[in-house]
Amino acid sequence: MALDAIQKNLLKSITDLEDIPEGAYNIRSNGGLAGRHTTANIDIVTKTDKPGIDIIIKPGTKNERVDIPVLLTETGLDELVYNDFFIGEDADVLIVAGCGIHNAGGLKSEHDGIHSFHLAKGAKLKYVEKHYGEGEGTGEKILNPTTVIEMEEDSYMEMESAQIKGVDSTFRTTKATLAEGATLVIRENIMTHGKQSATTDFTVDLNGKDSGCHVISRSVAKDESHQLFLSCINGNEKCNGHTECDAIIMDDASVSAVPKINANHVEASLIHEAAIGKIAGEQLIKLMTLGLTEKEAEEQIVGGFLR
Amino acid sequence: MMLELRDVSYHAEDETGVKEIISHVNLQIDERFVAFTGPNGGGKSTLAKLIAGIYLPTEGQIFLDGEDITNRSITDRARMGISFAFQQPVRFKGLTVHDLISMASGKKLSAAEACSYLSEVGLCAREYINREINASLSGGELKRIEIAMVMARGTKLSLFDEPEAGIDLWSFNNLISVFEKMHQKMGGSILIISHQERILNIADRIIVIADGKISKDGTAKEILPALLTAKTCSALTKSL
Repeated sequence: MALDAIQKNLLKSITDLEDIPEGAYNIRSNGGLAGRHTTANIDIVTKTDKPGIDIIIKPGTKNERVDIPVLLTETGLDELVYNDFFIGEDADVLIVAGCGIHNAGGLKSEHDGIHSFHLAKGAKLKYVEKHYGEGEGTGEKILNPTTVIEMEEDSYMEMESAQIKGVDSTFRTTKATLAEGATLVIRENIMTHGKQSATTDFTVDLNGKDSGCHVISRSVAKDESHQLFLSCINGNEKCNGHTECDAIIMDDASVSAVPKINANHVEASLIHEAAIGKIAGEQLIKLMTLGLTEKEAEEQIVGGFLR
Repeated sequence: MMLELRDVSYHAEDETGVKEIISHVNLQIDERFVAFTGPNGGGKSTLAKLIAGIYLPTEGQIFLDGEDITNRSITDRARMGISFAFQQPVRFKGLTVHDLISMASGKKLSAAEACSYLSEVGLCAREYINREINASLSGGELKRIEIAMVMARGTKLSLFDEPEAGIDLWSFNNLISVFEKMHQKMGGSILIISHQERILNIADRIIVIADGKISKDGTAKEILPALLTAKTCSALTKSL
């Protein structure tokens, strides 16, 4: 399998890979399979009942990486894909997913992915997901990812999601259920511009004793874009939960943050923080005294904030 | 370096009306180490901000090496060779110490190069280089990073607004040696706002600002003794 220049560029934008990766991977391009590789510990199987794949990681697998990028370069493509991840007991792996859309035409391109993670006892997972849109066409680029996370005892998951450019509309839903001693860390970075809109909706159920989560969102809304941040943490046992939304608002954009915490147990300790504001004048002035123009200063501040 | 303020005034408006913060200041500075001192609210910081371009004068002109910079932007003045260490350092979520020292120097510095500036201000460089300039840093740490940024710029005029404020005693002793060293080593001129006798002591010239005007101007020998005994200058503290 060979990728063309547009596909390579999309791939680099979402995975930092220059070409076909080594190790386990599954590349989906324009609705079909463009390449797959499995290893002794990682199996990837096409679903038979609906579109999508099962990624099965054997118990005890350490230091392996799975890449599952989705590339859309044809205009007018609209797809819904189900991917299930089974992370075996005590495995410790990295999964890099993401969707890049290059829409050069006038029709809407949409990729909706439903990712379900099942982390067995003691499993450790870092999951990185990037979304990126490009293309000179007038067709909308739409991504609606849903992530469902089930964490067994003492499992650990870190999820990093980023949507930095070019996606016209996104509705991101993440739901997680944590058993005893499980920990979930979610970091989300979003930048919207033009007339884009982005909604993110997190629901975390801390069901197990000593379970914990941190949901950290940093976002920048430019031009006339709109963002809505919803997060709900339910503390149903002795647990720790923390949600934080930090947004920079610019131009004529609008941002809403609706953090919600429900303590259903006397030893549930839950915190929410939300802050929205424009770039502080003193930050711009400081960087200008270092010789940067106002625009350069703004780029540095936004770039650092979303890093 | 020659800095000249020609009949500079600055008026600010608040709910009580227009206030004259700086009133017809005339000043020529070409010494290597000059200190502004005087009571709080006397106009020292405003004067520094007028020089850096953060405020524009209501009246008068400012010249740097003979060039009229009165209407030049902050960016222009920074590029012409003016640096400014704020009294209250600014925090940035996401930007690291390394990022800011690099921006200050005008080029992407290697970790080792950035570390050398941090060592100069007594920070254990490896621990700080990748830290974010956020609320996790103490006021004293931020002040020292602010000074390191000015050193990294190495411009012909460096303004420091009360570098001692918010710094603990241990840091303060180091701070004095930092300025002594800077005075010896740096090619450019230092203009420092300070209430500290030990900083004023190493100045080539002390200018006392009160009520928006220059009330005294002379060498440390001429100015300091009177300042230290004068009851009117309660803002000046002999020691910490």
